[in-house]
Amino acid sequence: MKFPVSTKYIPLLATALVLAGLYILGCVSFPNFGSLRVLVNLFGDNGFLGVAAVGATFVILSGGIDLSVGSVVAFTSIFIATVVEKGMNPQLAIGLALLVGALFGTVMGLLIRVFQLPPFLVTLAGMFLARGLGFMVQPQSLGITHPFFLETITEKLAINLNDKVSIPFTATCYIVIFLLALFVAHYTKFGRYIYALGGDEQSATLMGLPVGCTKVLIYTMSGFCSALAGVIYTFYTQSGDPASCVGLELDAIAAVVIGGTLLSGGVGFMAGTLMGVLILGLIQTLITFKGDLNTWWTKIVIGGLVLAFILLQNFISSASARLKSAKH
Amino acid sequence: MANNRFQKREVRWWHSLVWPVAGLALLLAFNFFFTAGFFHVEVRDGRLYGVLIDILNHGSKVMLLALGMALVIATGGVDLSVGAVMAIAGAVAAQLINKAGVPFPMVIAAALAVALAAGCWNGLLVGIFKVQPIIATLILMVAGRGIAQIITDGQIITFTDERLTYIGNGSLLGLPFPIWMVMAMLALTVMLTRKTAVGLFIESVGDNQTASTYAGVHAGTVKFLVYVFAGLCAGLAGLVSASNIKCADANHAGLFLELDAILAVVVGGTSLTGGRFYLVGAIVGGLFIQTLTTTMYMRNVSADTAPVPKALAILAVCLLQSPVLRAKFSAVFKRKAA
Repeated sequence: MKFPVSTKYIPLLATALVLAGLYILGCVSFPNFGSLRVLVNLFGDNGFLGVAAVGATFVILSGGIDLSVGSVVAFTSIFIATVVEKGMNPQLAIGLALLVGALFGTVMGLLIRVFQLPPFLVTLAGMFLARGLGFMVQPQSLGITHPFFLETITEKLAINLNDKVSIPFTATCYIVIFLLALFVAHYTKFGRYIYALGGDEQSATLMGLPVGCTKVLIYTMSGFCSALAGVIYTFYTQSGDPASCVGLELDAIAAVVIGGTLLSGGVGFMAGTLMGVLILGLIQTLITFKGDLNTWWTKIVIGGLVLAFILLQNFISSASARLKSAKH
Repeated sequence: MANNRFQKREVRWWHSLVWPVAGLALLLAFNFFFTAGFFHVEVRDGRLYGVLIDILNHGSKVMLLALGMALVIATGGVDLSVGAVMAIAGAVAAQLINKAGVPFPMVIAAALAVALAAGCWNGLLVGIFKVQPIIATLILMVAGRGIAQIITDGQIITFTDERLTYIGNGSLLGLPFPIWMVMAMLALTVMLTRKTAVGLFIESVGDNQTASTYAGVHAGTVKFLVYVFAGLCAGLAGLVSASNIKCADANHAGLFLELDAILAVVVGGTSLTGGRFYLVGAIVGGLFIQTLTTTMYMRNVSADTAPVPKALAILAVCLLQSPVLRAKFSAVFKRKAA
């Protein structure tokens, strides 16, 4: 048995097929589904999830996991809302929030690297910590009244395509971050280190790669991406809420898995994650369009998709292993 | 049967309890001095009341889950779906008890059967299809709440049946009923794992799967069974949870309890890498977490900010168990002694 394309692209191909299938299903079932506005909103509404998934992709490629994503997003949003309402310059507040997020990730990375603690536990503690800290900053959700958020972000920074449709700033942010991540993952030394680390940590160490440094930096990057997702979430909702985004990390992980990245690390594509995020967004949109379906169907469909992709990957990896042993 | 091998294990078993018990003792000592009324226990209507009893009572869900989780973690896996399975079991029980003509044992049996089926599903994915445990159980964690919502039709189902509310609120010989459930399950689990070879199989699969396969232990079957057992524990915890508040809430029943259960197991001395498990340690870990939660409520820490001290406690426990830090400490002591 011979695959027409290299086996490593098959999960990516399957993801693309599902994405196209869902989109065509939507276009056939609902008259306005194919409109430009729906497509633009797909990016705009899922921008924060997308950026969070970019961070999650790096961590998962390296063979780790980050459970603190949702809490850091919530913390960032309430932090920005609070300090901006107290009179701080919005750009400064955003910069500060990003710095805090990156630092948070660095500390988790150091704990994982220096004390050899399991990432699962450290980021679990990080998840509790960030959630609690968010409530300490401000126990209730807080709307933002600063003109930078109400006018600059929503109107001036939106790109008008025609009279009716404009690309929201959240979508622009996501696309820029995605392109950057694509470059880092596939065209830099650091990106190769991440793949090497996820493939086999021992081999990477023996090859003389800076494993420790890479590991800490990966969590720094994940913390930064979470904080950035928080900033985009703040743009999107124009408010801060310490109770928001519970379980966002699981959506991000689901997007990564649907995108064809192996949870054991070392195998996967940034572009797959983009498609994974769009699939999650399309399912949400489809269920909203349908109207009479309850929202919990979203969860069941996502669960089913994750399952299907895992079984596909298992099948491919066992088939290619059989192919290899047959050659010898 | 009491040969040397088993006695050696007994020594290790007590040794592993030192850290979790010390942590719990430290927490209790803090409360003894600084939290008024923490140790006050009184008898009312032939039943014990007090903060300590509350800790035992409310901690029962985490302790039940921790028993199943300890075995799962011992095989090198993790079960993220237990919270969702609790919601499903509670939903099934609440729906059936409100239907006329369904006998009570049937209600309990159906709820537990559904939980067992959920465990079988996880076990099938991990044991037979060789899916990574985190992701295999993530599926049910995400989809499980949706399933529970479908069972309850998106409503919060309340019930008043006294037999069902007894599970979470009744008392037996002065102690709340859930405490007896925990003790019974602990005894059962210890008997099953330590008095038969099952415990050895579980530890060997977690320690070195290839070696145990060559030794004739079917790793897939062992893994399948521990997930089924974790499902059963989750079902029992789900019954207690629903019975406690006399309703089934598909959105909130057991939410994040899987994380508490994992923490309880880790605090109890079981390493996440697998290969060893300590059941009594997991119970002590569950008590530690519940005591921490109750302490914070009594000291007027709001429920929202409570995760902060909890996170710090987790990190402290993890660092204490970190072999790197221990090696550094022992190096310092050795230098002093020399």
